[in-house]
Amino acid sequence: MMAPGRLSTFLRSGAIWAFIALELAFFSIAGQFLSASDTAFLTWDSLLLLLKQSAPLGIIAMGMTLVMVNGNIDLSVGAIFALAAVILLDSMTWPFMAAMGDWSLPLAWVFALLVGVALGAVNGFLVWKTGVDAFIVTLGAMLGFRGLVFMYNGEQPTSHLNWTLVDFAEAQFLGLHTATWFLLLVTVGMWWLMNRTVHGRNAYAIGDNREAAVNAGIRVGPHMMINFMIIGFLAALSAVVFYSETGSVNPNDGMLYELWIITAVVLGGTKLTGGSGSIVSTLGGVLAIQILRRGLNHIGADTSTVNLVIGLILIAVLFLDRQLNVKGKEALRI
Amino acid sequence: MTKPALRLENIVKTFPGVRALDGVSFEVLPGEVHALMGENGAGKSTLMKVLGGIHQPNEGRILVGEEPVVMTNPLEAKAKGIVFIHQELSLAEELTVAENIYLGELPRKSFGRVDWAKLHAQTNEILKKLKVGFDARTTVGSLSIANQQMVEIARALTVDAKAVIFDEPTASLTDAEKVVLFEVIEDLRNDGVGIIYISHRMEEIFKITDRISVLRDGQYRGTLVTAETTEDEVTQLMIGRSLDLSRNHEHAELGDVALEVRGLSCGDLYRDISFEIRRGEVVGFYGLVGAGRTEIAETLFGLRAPSAGQILLDGQEVHLHSPADAIERGISLVPEDRKGQGLVLGMNCRDNMTLPQVGDLTAGPFVSDGAEVAIFDQYRDKLDIRTPGWRQLVGNLSGGNQQKIVIGKWLSMHPTLLIVDEPTRGIDVGSKSEIHKLIRQLASQGYAVMVISSEMPEVLHVSDRIVAMYHGELIRTFTSDEVTEDSLIQAISGIRAEGGGKAA
Repeated sequence: MMAPGRLSTFLRSGAIWAFIALELAFFSIAGQFLSASDTAFLTWDSLLLLLKQSAPLGIIAMGMTLVMVNGNIDLSVGAIFALAAVILLDSMTWPFMAAMGDWSLPLAWVFALLVGVALGAVNGFLVWKTGVDAFIVTLGAMLGFRGLVFMYNGEQPTSHLNWTLVDFAEAQFLGLHTATWFLLLVTVGMWWLMNRTVHGRNAYAIGDNREAAVNAGIRVGPHMMINFMIIGFLAALSAVVFYSETGSVNPNDGMLYELWIITAVVLGGTKLTGGSGSIVSTLGGVLAIQILRRGLNHIGADTSTVNLVIGLILIAVLFLDRQLNVKGKEALRI
Repeated sequence: MTKPALRLENIVKTFPGVRALDGVSFEVLPGEVHALMGENGAGKSTLMKVLGGIHQPNEGRILVGEEPVVMTNPLEAKAKGIVFIHQELSLAEELTVAENIYLGELPRKSFGRVDWAKLHAQTNEILKKLKVGFDARTTVGSLSIANQQMVEIARALTVDAKAVIFDEPTASLTDAEKVVLFEVIEDLRNDGVGIIYISHRMEEIFKITDRISVLRDGQYRGTLVTAETTEDEVTQLMIGRSLDLSRNHEHAELGDVALEVRGLSCGDLYRDISFEIRRGEVVGFYGLVGAGRTEIAETLFGLRAPSAGQILLDGQEVHLHSPADAIERGISLVPEDRKGQGLVLGMNCRDNMTLPQVGDLTAGPFVSDGAEVAIFDQYRDKLDIRTPGWRQLVGNLSGGNQQKIVIGKWLSMHPTLLIVDEPTRGIDVGSKSEIHKLIRQLASQGYAVMVISSEMPEVLHVSDRIVAMYHGELIRTFTSDEVTEDSLIQAISGIRAEGGGKAA
């Protein structure tokens, strides 16, 4: 395990869970008086639903944590999400695929995931070879990939409902929905990647001090390209899980996903400048946002209020974090 | 007796666990150039931060003239007449000289408009006093470093300065530029300003200062009158004992040639460099900043492609395209800027030490904690690294221990050639001699070591042979038995040995 300054790590990783507890308590109590519905806020079913609804953003947020710890950012995940969804649904209507019956399903998944990896590779390759900042590269990619989505089917939604797939997506195993399982598997997998593998160690080193990482013989370019491929894969995986159930994608789907995801990752304590961040805390950040959205709905707030509150909380959290960090540093500045 | 321009009385500043300043008192008279000296960590920078209003002292007073002052930020310090010329320039490069000088206090007309005519007139008046060759409308970014420093000085002259503090002002200046700077300092002195001059360069100190005050371990150690003292006396005061920097005469048993460089060139940075380093040998590279030594090291480590020439390792020609290539072939670099280039400060000691080889310390696809800790323990003991444990963040260690982590990082990979660039920069005296000892030990264990240093005593102390460089050229190679300080200084000033031949 990375063990940078144990107390501050504890505060960082612990704070988000304390915040979640606070949210739950607040909405449970406020819900008694303000609720638009008669049901309680915290029930087993609503909890399961909460987890399921966290999955699309959560799966991508795990990849974003890796990319941001690395000192980069990926703004194109929403567009990759949409394009992968289009490929998933459209590919099932291709003649040779249709002829295969349900056997085309795994193939459609593979197509969609490959598209995600390929788009991520494009991002990573450009960041590596051009040296242009990842923010700019993926900003361009965000617009460009979205353009591809519109070129594919115009303004029309792409639809294809396959009932076998819907059954799979709606299934519950040990009580948890399929999407929740994918979120958990991705979380565990990414935790291992970041904390137990060489690749993960290098990701932290590069994000913290890129020059020292180069001098330690780490090949930074290929490393970053792999990270963009991983987040591309996860964006596609998120699409695959989500659209297997709904069966219809609008060309505007996934817009602003990147901002929600970055919000969740930052709430989880990952530094924008890289070098520090945790997968588990990102999961906390994702859940915190999802609870906030549901909770505000529960007490009758509309969407605009929800956005306003989340925006304020984000800024407040970062302000607090900065205060704490500045205090810690003063003592060292001899 | 004249009244002091600036006077410090018994200044104490503590940080958690550290007494950074412990009762420091000294005074600067008007029209005096007063040197402030001390090793790194002696408290000079803390003292300057106290004077600049960045830190507040826990005890003691600061007097400007006869008036005690309390400053809580740099602007207040400036308002009291205490002005800094920093080593690192803080100028807005896209703005003009005039805008920089009056940044934050531009003269105004009605409706908040800038009074450009007045601004430029005032600025040109100051620039005339400094006798510089540019005018108020010049963009700062287009000026040389020396001229940018003049802009900083001009900025200091906009206020009624009582004391001007120069912090390593000559660090990036050429000899000609230094002459101009010294003239400006002389003019300031004649105007009755008190000047504090911080520098490590004895030569300058003895040339331009009137008195020298010395700090050690946060304490004031005394003031010497420059004209009545010697470099030795100052050094003694600075380090508290005489540092063992005798000439190295103990040569380890030499093995095969580990590294051979033939006719290596890299554009204008260095030309036609040839040398060899044998196993068991320490070769010191000495020269002025910009002589091309670090650039050669970067080429050997795969960071900088050569334009011509060959590199042979153990007799085999190698082409190094990246540090990863170099490391694979057994070349390691302990870089000049430890914190910026050598360490990941947010990582713990163990992870830093195993960073280049963590890919080999795996069990299945995962990093093996046990193997990593074993390596760390082994080199902690071998190099006597003082840390509470491997979980300690490297950023919290002292300079000497940090350097040992970097050295341990490479030793644990058993390199053929170890390149050490400025091995003791920013390291306190005690650790210095430990690092020196370590370098000699490595040679006796059969490593080939290349040491780049700008400190002559250090080069003389650790090297078996010394390569002198000047402006990208290898002037001469000395053995440690034949070298003299004079001949070395001549060589790095570009004067070739009798006969004019280039020794390889």
